[in-house]
Amino acid sequence: MMASSYSTKEEDGHPSGASSHGGPGAVKSKKPDNTAFKQQRLPAWQPILTAGTVLPAFFVIGLIFIPIGIGLYVTSNNIKEYEIDYTGADINSSCYSCAKSYSWNSTTSCVCSVEFILEQPFESNVFMYYGLSNFYQNHRRYVKSRDDSQLNGDQSALMNPSKECEPYRTSDGKPIAPCGAIANSLFNDTLELYYVDSNGTRNAVPLVKKGIAWYTDKHVKFRNPGGNNNLTVAFQGTAKPVNWAKPVYELDPSDPDNNGFINEDFIVWMRTAALPTFRKLYRIIQKKSSTTPTLPSGKYFLNITYNYPVLSFDGRKRVILSTISWMGGKNPFLGIAYITVGSMCFFLGVVLLIIHHKYDTRNSSADIPN
Amino acid sequence: MERFHWVQHRCRQLLEGQSVQHWYSAPNGVPDKNSQDAHCSPHRVSGKQRTVFGRHGPHQQEYETISRNYKSNVIRTTKYNLLTFIPMNLFQQFHRVANLYFLFLALLNWVPVVEAFQKEITMIPLLVVLTVIAIKDALEDYRRYLFDKKINNNAVRVFCGKQKAYTDQRWKDVQVGDFVFLSCNEIIPADIVLLYSSDPSGVCYIETANLDGETNLKQRQVVSDLLLQGVEFSPESFHSRIVCENPNNDLSRFRGYMEHSSGVRVGLHNNNLLLRSCTIRNTQTVVGIVVYAGHETKAMMNNTGPRYKRSQLEKHLNKDILWCVVLLFIMCLTAAIGHGLWLKNLKDPVFQVDEEMSPALAGFCVFWTMIIVLQVLIPISLYVSIEIVKLGQIYFIHNDLALYNEQLDSRILCRALNITEELGQIQYLFSDKTGTLTENKMVFCRCSIYGVEYPHEENAHRLKMYEEEKTEAAVCSMTLKSGYSVKSLSCRSLGCNRSSVSLNTLNTESEEEEDQLFGKRTSAFCSRMAKEVVPDPELVKKLNWLSCPVLPLSEGSPGTPSSLELTYIIDFFLALAICNSVVVSSPSQPQNVVPEAGTPLRSLEEIKLMFQHFSFSPFSALTTISPPQIKSSPGSRQFTHGKTNSFTFSTPPSSTTVGSESGQESSLETSNLKLHLSARRERGDIGQLDSRETEGDISKTKINPDMAKQDVEGLTREMDNDDELVYEAECPDEEALVHAARAYRCTLRGRSADSLLVDLPGIGPLVIQLLHILPFDSNRKMMSVVVRHPVTGQVVVYTKGADSVVMGLAETPTCAEQAQEIHTHIRKQSQKHLDSYAREGLRTLCIAKKVLEEEEYEVWLKRHLLAESSIENREELILESAQRLETNLTLLGTTGIVDRLQEEVPETIEALQRAGIKIWVLTGDKQETAINIAYSCKILCPNDQLLTANCGSKDVCAAILEELKLEVQRCEDSLTRITSKKNCGNSFLCTVASFILVIDGQTLDWALQEDLKSDFLELSRRCKAVICCRSTPLQKSQVVHLIGKELGVITLAVGDGANDVSMIQMADVGIGISGQEGMQAVMSSDFAISRFKHLSKLLLVHGHWCYSRLANMILYFIYKNVMFVNLLFWYQFFCGFSGSVMTNAWVLIIFNLLFTSIPPLIYGVLDQNMSADLLMGLPELYQATQTSQVYVPCMFWITVLDAFYQSLVCFFVPYFALAGSDAGELTLGSPINASALFIILLHQVLESHTLTWIHVLVLVLSGGSYFGFVLLLSVFCVTCNPPTNPVGVETLQMSQPLFYFVCALTTVTALIPRVLFRALHNTLNPSAVLKLAPMDKVNSEKYHERMQRWNLSHSKVKRLPLGADNPGLEPSTASEVS
Repeated sequence: MMASSYSTKEEDGHPSGASSHGGPGAVKSKKPDNTAFKQQRLPAWQPILTAGTVLPAFFVIGLIFIPIGIGLYVTSNNIKEYEIDYTGADINSSCYSCAKSYSWNSTTSCVCSVEFILEQPFESNVFMYYGLSNFYQNHRRYVKSRDDSQLNGDQSALMNPSKECEPYRTSDGKPIAPCGAIANSLFNDTLELYYVDSNGTRNAVPLVKKGIAWYTDKHVKFRNPGGNNNLTVAFQGTAKPVNWAKPVYELDPSDPDNNGFINEDFIVWMRTAALPTFRKLYRIIQKKSSTTPTLPSGKYFLNITYNYPVLSFDGRKRVILSTISWMGGKNPFLGIAYITVGSMCFFLGVVLLIIHHKYDTRNSSADIPN
Repeated sequence: MERFHWVQHRCRQLLEGQSVQHWYSAPNGVPDKNSQDAHCSPHRVSGKQRTVFGRHGPHQQEYETISRNYKSNVIRTTKYNLLTFIPMNLFQQFHRVANLYFLFLALLNWVPVVEAFQKEITMIPLLVVLTVIAIKDALEDYRRYLFDKKINNNAVRVFCGKQKAYTDQRWKDVQVGDFVFLSCNEIIPADIVLLYSSDPSGVCYIETANLDGETNLKQRQVVSDLLLQGVEFSPESFHSRIVCENPNNDLSRFRGYMEHSSGVRVGLHNNNLLLRSCTIRNTQTVVGIVVYAGHETKAMMNNTGPRYKRSQLEKHLNKDILWCVVLLFIMCLTAAIGHGLWLKNLKDPVFQVDEEMSPALAGFCVFWTMIIVLQVLIPISLYVSIEIVKLGQIYFIHNDLALYNEQLDSRILCRALNITEELGQIQYLFSDKTGTLTENKMVFCRCSIYGVEYPHEENAHRLKMYEEEKTEAAVCSMTLKSGYSVKSLSCRSLGCNRSSVSLNTLNTESEEEEDQLFGKRTSAFCSRMAKEVVPDPELVKKLNWLSCPVLPLSEGSPGTPSSLELTYIIDFFLALAICNSVVVSSPSQPQNVVPEAGTPLRSLEEIKLMFQHFSFSPFSALTTISPPQIKSSPGSRQFTHGKTNSFTFSTPPSSTTVGSESGQESSLETSNLKLHLSARRERGDIGQLDSRETEGDISKTKINPDMAKQDVEGLTREMDNDDELVYEAECPDEEALVHAARAYRCTLRGRSADSLLVDLPGIGPLVIQLLHILPFDSNRKMMSVVVRHPVTGQVVVYTKGADSVVMGLAETPTCAEQAQEIHTHIRKQSQKHLDSYAREGLRTLCIAKKVLEEEEYEVWLKRHLLAESSIENREELILESAQRLETNLTLLGTTGIVDRLQEEVPETIEALQRAGIKIWVLTGDKQETAINIAYSCKILCPNDQLLTANCGSKDVCAAILEELKLEVQRCEDSLTRITSKKNCGNSFLCTVASFILVIDGQTLDWALQEDLKSDFLELSRRCKAVICCRSTPLQKSQVVHLIGKELGVITLAVGDGANDVSMIQMADVGIGISGQEGMQAVMSSDFAISRFKHLSKLLLVHGHWCYSRLANMILYFIYKNVMFVNLLFWYQFFCGFSGSVMTNAWVLIIFNLLFTSIPPLIYGVLDQNMSADLLMGLPELYQATQTSQVYVPCMFWITVLDAFYQSLVCFFVPYFALAGSDAGELTLGSPINASALFIILLHQVLESHTLTWIHVLVLVLSGGSYFGFVLLLSVFCVTCNPPTNPVGVETLQMSQPLFYFVCALTTVTALIPRVLFRALHNTLNPSAVLKLAPMDKVNSEKYHERMQRWNLSHSKVKRLPLGADNPGLEPSTASEVS
């Protein structure tokens, strides 16, 4: 491809002797240095993989992986998780009517509720997720449709959002405040959880809406324009996203600090999911005391303000209640995979051992006739 | 395209072959093919001439008009200047497909619907590549610029019209027509016609080392009639007009004429032209007129860029890259179709951004997006990497101590940079003989004069001694025998003290010195070997008759030479001394001027008188050949067959042959013949009879060994007293001959353009008028000098040349029957001797002479001058003229010159043959010589079967080929029967006897023809080796071409001379040996080594390494790209084939460019799959790379499959671990990337055969740089990289244990199959590699101990040869034998 010239000097056709024409000068020997590097004699480790050398590694891997796998599996199994599908695709579902009637253009909200029973109490903090299926948040056009500068509180980007936001960049000539398709499609169902105690009264389970976003997102990546003071002023001259009912500075009426771009529900939504079936953290149910479980077993009542249509693209909506461990949510895959790989290595180790004994006889024959 | 290149190549090659042949008068030059020449050369526009006037002469006006079009002497070799650098360089770079591809991708990314990444990011690869190359180009160009500047500003003295004097000017200001004044050791600034030289004979010497590397001096001549005109040359008085051909690149040709104001035209030829960049030597001052300047000079026009050869591996690689393209296309197509289908099934999704696009169109757009996303699959950076790796490999080859020649202080020179791996795949080696297998240091060995052979036994003994000593040199130091060490010391050319120490002291001194010089002995010895010849006592004795006034007329005794024989001997040595182009210089005489001829001891008249005083006169005896004198005594001669097999004339005293006879002589006749011993020590004694010195009676003591010895000693001592002359010859044969002549005190003392100064034994210095030199020509295969004999005044032609030609031309004069008889006999004897020389492997030459009558000479001279001054067809005319002269020669004698084998040639050849390389020897030598050399360098083994093919016609040739083929077939069949019974694995070692084909040039011509080609190929393929003798350079290249093309094998040609150039260029790998024959072979080669033995290390170790390194690196590179790109591809299944990536775009682009780019380079430069010692010890291992076992299509597909598997694991383990969770895109990408990095790096650890601290360091740095980079991004990149915003991702990920668990599982799972494959492959199917590799370790550790113990127990100190005692080797050898 590229004809480089290592020895251009000779090729130039310049009289190379011309330079040395002044006098003989010191004649330097052209003898190459006798260094280990130049003579390619650096001390080296030569890994030669044979059955004999490899089999200990297999055994060791097997011995390490199997316990890890068991540990992971047990941990995963200890995590309690409950999932409620409230899409309303099924005619028997309570949300069927809401799902049928609701579209983005509806002005009134549709409310439906789901009852469910927790068989086991959830002991530690419970994380409440909403889950969406068949929702391609990772679609290339969708992923790009945002303006990070705007979300970071940049004034100029606020008024003049990036072109990537098209066609959700301006509305009626005014720039859309969180521009782009991601913001526009913000998940806007409201979920309320009630515990139905033995005498049938509904006790609202306190849902904490702070701390659901990543720290870095909340404090570094997302910032309101013009400080956090008067958001209405800050967002003056911008339009709300087309699908939104309220402007961005009125997302959380209950907490003025949770408004604007730093609204945590918004932040969570803006971190686009990797896969078409995903969950996003909605609320946290904090453990109150060490004695009582966070969510005791029993009957629960989930109240849903159904705003988010998913049936049009065969999507699904779920609510997930889950405790978490050090390894995150419930996922038996890793444990099983570790155990499988570990045992496979062990098995292969045995096979290699046999092969080694049968074929690898080099060492035994290395003897000098005496 | 390919074809076109080939034609270009061919043309250039022919051109070069042409220029070579003129410039170097080497044997076997390319035959002149001017017709071809004219076709190929773009520069030779016939009919166009340039006219040059003196710049400050009277033709000012004309000068102005004419010279305007001539280039000035400024040279500019730079490609760019400051302004044009960027556009020009970019333009150059975009000629490369790779860069165009990058550009295409970058532009593609500007299309909004297709856009995959930010626009800047896709520019990165392109920018990186462009910048790297631009920097390299800029540096190179800058270096050239500095060099040009330096050259252009060199000072030179040029005649200035205003000041009427020579003033200092810069080179660049020199114009055509300027008069340039140069002194000794100055460099010539432009092509100059020599007008004046301080040398009285108008000669000037130049050294062309800057041009072609030759350090010997070449003679140039002032334009012929200027010398006669001018007393002192002055530029103002130069009114002549020079007409010459337009600038061309032929170094050896210059044609034109100079027209004086009087209208007289004088021919100009190459001898008048001083070429730019040569150096003036041995001449005080020189003035010349510039005819070509700057880029129009021949030196500059000969500038060609570096060679570029495309290697086999690269061609193979291109095929695989095409597969990658196919793969890319399939993947993109899958994505496009998938996206289309996916879109079709979607109804009004909330995440759909632009709905108006139809699925088909969207699919089409995605196709292009995917090409951008998956661009890494086409490993464009691989090309850059390969270049870098090859530079690294070259660096190590260049630095190898084993390829360094201590004596010449020269390393291997790598001129082609991109075919290192071809060294590992050589299947056919074509070697020249002379200078390649042999030293090309010619040593005069034996000669035959007048049909009498002089075996020079002591000389031969000495040579043999030397060789023996050489072989033993490694084992023990040897004491040198006295007689021979004296001689070796006595003739050391320079700096030798000329004290008259006694023999004994000399002895001891030399011994000590030899021991001291033990290390450097070889070279020191060699040069001495060449210069010194121990004279043959018999011949010395005969020669002594010359200086002895005693007449050998009473031919009773066989030891006495006849006068005719003596004249032959004298003529023979005279021819040896003068028939050459040797330049004489001596340290005491810095200027190479002919020493004053006034020193002879007596005037010519005296000598003449002296000769007449003798009863015989060598010079008058010469004339006996001419008819009248023969006639005068026809009956007086008869043959006698002497015991010593020598012929002498028994001339009865009554009938003396010629000349006047003095009474003194007749009285001497009657007395016994005396041997005059020391007369020649005091030359004044000649002609007087000194009774003291009559020591022995010849008739009784035929050869008195003591006497002869003394004689020899006397000779050598006298030689010591000689001026220490240094001979610089263009070809080593000449030098050897001159030295031989000198050993017989026939010393060439000096040379000028028209005279030679020669010492003759017994006569003293003589000035011989040199009339013409007809230089060596490969068509004529001989050279001649025409001289006027100093004594007889006759015009004599001395010729030396190849025996085949000279024997044919040496015709016996038809007149005298007896003379005819003598000549036939001489010829018969000489032929016999020639044959025996050839059998011994000596190079043979015939020496002949011819006496011209005055009228004859006049006629010839006229036509010759005409030929010389013609512009058109000069070469042909001169050739013809020379051929006219060189007829009817009288054969004087023949010489045998030994050309010893280089050290370790047999070992090297054996190793190469064991490595499965077929060796062909292509030589211009005779069949016997070639076979003999083949024997001595072990190409031929005693039990090999020799097949010879010599035939005169095509039909015979066809028949012979057929017959030989059948014979080989028969033998092979029987062999395979035997071997199949024995169930032998290795066929090479099993073949008891193999076939060697010996074919001569003429038969080869037939065999190379279209219809016999296949037969010849078939036959030669089955032979272990082929020896082509009497082959021309053209045939050599034809053979190489045939084998390379028809068999599709990789060929290597090695040679040292100009006659090998075409072969070297034709072969896949051309290797030049920088030897005695100038630099032409080196200049056209890919690698230049100084010794044949270096080939074994170069091929067996470096070739093997380079090939396996490069092949492994390419595979690894492809693996790496496929593996990484597939991760992105699998993700498409989860993002609706929309072209999303789960990685930060920066990381994606830089991953290949930075994080994983250095380890493969290190791998490609440093990996050693086997140790050097092992490879050298077991050349069979070479066959692994030769048959490209590493890089076969199946390996490519295995690699791709493995990459697919690994990417599947690497994607799906994190996928399942995170499926359904709240992981964001980058959160998924983070463990995938990290484990991909681990897998890719660890994969390399598994694949590399050696790991040094450099590997470890690079691997750690690579891994570290990735983590450093992503962590930095995740901390600082807040809005830098929309939309994939990495802030906080990696820091969070890496703080979670899950990340590490995922990475560990992924890495291990991905690598298991590779480990398993390697382990099982190595265990179940252990190649020679693995069987032997532990041997290394065992050797060094346990084995060594065990050996010691074993040795102790057996009380044997001697080491056993490797292999026989090595346990690691036992199974393999056992299986081979059984």
